[in-house]
This record gives sequence, structure tokens and C-alpha cells, in this order.
Amino acid sequence: MAFTLYALIQTAILFTNAIAVLHEERFLSKIGWGAEQGIGGFGDEPGIKAQLLNLIRSVRTVMRVPLIAVNSVCIVLLLLFG
Amino acid sequence: MEFRQQPEVRMRGPLMDPRDPGLLFEDTSAGGNRHKPSGVGKGPDVCPGQALLSDPMSNLALVYGSSLASHGKEMMDKNLDRFIPISKLKYYFAVDTVYVSKKLGLLVFPYMHDNWEVNYQQDTPVAPRFDINAPDLYIPVMGFITYILVAGLALGTQNRFSPEILGIQASSALVWLIIEVLAVLLSLYLVAVNTDLTTIDLVAFSGYKYVGMFLGVLAGLLFGRTGYYLSLLWCCVSIFVFTIRTMRLKILSEAAAEGRLVRGAKNQLRMYLTMAIAAAQPVFMYWLTFHLVR
Repeated sequence: MAFTLYALIQTAILFTNAIAVLHEERFLSKIGWGAEQGIGGFGDEPGIKAQLLNLIRSVRTVMRVPLIAVNSVCIVLLLLFG
Repeated sequence: MEFRQQPEVRMRGPLMDPRDPGLLFEDTSAGGNRHKPSGVGKGPDVCPGQALLSDPMSNLALVYGSSLASHGKEMMDKNLDRFIPISKLKYYFAVDTVYVSKKLGLLVFPYMHDNWEVNYQQDTPVAPRFDINAPDLYIPVMGFITYILVAGLALGTQNRFSPEILGIQASSALVWLIIEVLAVLLSLYLVAVNTDLTTIDLVAFSGYKYVGMFLGVLAGLLFGRTGYYLSLLWCCVSIFVFTIRTMRLKILSEAAAEGRLVRGAKNQLRMYLTMAIAAAQPVFMYWLTFHLVR
């Protein structure tokens, strides 16, 4: 219950890592959440599933490199300060 | 003095926003700005400076130093403005006492108010001091601080107080606020709603519940648990109605917001979203206060 800002940062890093490790071909396509299934039609009503798939794909593309940096920093800090 | 004029002129620049319709704040600095150019680039005062200024080298150094300092301030302002939009934040704090009192009354008793629309002025919302329906950040910030203080008071009466508790309460409430704003942003994105709700608007709307929270804790301190439950119930219902009536105009399409029944999956989804946002407020209000009242 007593959350700190540090806990929030940890949660955010863990969540982003979890989204980033979802592999495109081996996993997402198998359960029907692949990139090509997201682009349904060209109507103005994307639908929740398409938006969610879009979000997952963009998070994976955008956050890949910053996550490497942030994870390395976290590893070093945890090694040094426990 | 030549070099004294420059820092003054430059510093008045960012304050007068040219695209601002009626000035956000009254300009009370008319008299004061002439005498003391504030802070930066001042250099030594006139009397001891006379001796220094006779030396041309130090004169040059003085001019250079003052121009460098004002240039640095400008650059810092510009860079800070990129991350935290300071001019937009100023809009949310342009309130006056009448607005604050009316808005507080509206938060506790939103049942008699008829017109919930925000007035616009050339595509930007009017400043809060002119329109009671506009969101502001003053009440949420003050409500947050008051909630922390009342929480400290409540814990003190139960002999559970220590100075770290205040910090823990503050960061805990702040974290829940951030989580709630992120959840609302995510759900607004998923439902693909085209609103003009900015993130700061959402922070403002989520911050209005601190008023109800500290009223509940205060009543709990004065009247015991029954007082706490009664006032919390009243505040929860009021915040629920307030949030629904405010969000309805922003999220739903115009036809549905006017009360006409518009069928269709899109509008139903948006209505569910509004109800969910409004229902989350009482939950948070109870979650963040029940451990304070014994």
C-alpha cells in the first residue's frame, strides 16, 4: 500500500520489459496477435484489438534501444547497492 | 545605464504572452519592475560600482558577465519550456477567489448546476477565472497538500505519527494519481476517442477527489467513524456525479451528450468508459483514506 516513486519506476520498467520480450513470429502470430492481423480494414473505427496490437508493436519498436540502456543501468545499480 | 536596460526588456518578454486573449494574471508588476531588474545580470550596485566602473577592463567584464547571465537564463527557460510547458501550466493556475469558492461548492454539491460546457475563445479554452467549468490545477494541488496535512493530523491523534509518514503518504498518493492518469490515458487511446483532453486536464480532474478525501478524514476526526462514513459517502456520490457530467461532454459525441439516446456500439463504449472513470474516483477515495480513520 505504501508505494514510493521508486516502486512505480520499477513497475514501469518491468512492464515495458514484459512487452518488449513478446516475440513477433514465434508467439504473437501463433495466438492471432501478429502485426498483420492488426490492420483490419481502413474504416475510421480501428477497434480495441487493433489499437492494442498497434500499441504493442510500437512499444516494441520504440523502446527496444532505450530499454537496453535502462536495463544496464539497473543491473549495475543493483550489483553495486543490492 | 545602457546595460541595465537590456535585462529588463528581455525578462518582460516571456511574461506577456501575445496570443493570450485577456491577460491571465493582472499585471501587478508595473511599479516594481522599474526599480529592480530581478536577479540576473545585476552586477554590483551603483555606489560601490562607481569605483569599479572607472576601470575599463572591469567595465567590459561586467557587461559581458551580465549579458552571459541573461543569455543563460533565456536558454534555460527555453529548454525547460520544452519539457514542462510552463506557459500552459500558467493557464491552469489563473484562478481567483470567486472561482475557487464556486468550484469547491460545485464539487460538493453538483446537482443544481445546469450548464457544464466550457466556453472557448478562438479555439483555446477560456481561463478558469472566467469560466467555472474549466479545469484548473490550483484546487487539486491545494487539496493534495491539505490531504497530506490532515492525514498527518489523523495519524498523530492515533500516536502513529513520525515525520517519514508524511513523505510516505505523499508519495503513495502521488503514485496512485500517476497510475490512474496513465490508466485513463491508455483507455482513451484504446477506445480511439478524439477529445481535446490533455494530460494536464486529466491530472486536474483526477485531483479533484482530494477535496472529498480530506473532507471525509476531517469529519472522521471530528465525529468519529460514522461522521467519516457519512461525509465520505456524500463526497463520493458528488464526485461521481461531477465527473460524469464533466467527462460526458468531453468524451461522448455531441448528440449523446445532449441527452438524446444515440444507439451504436461506439457511443455505448464511450459511456462505459465515462462510467468507469467516474466509478474509479470513489474507489480511490476510500482506498486512500480508510487506513487513516480508526
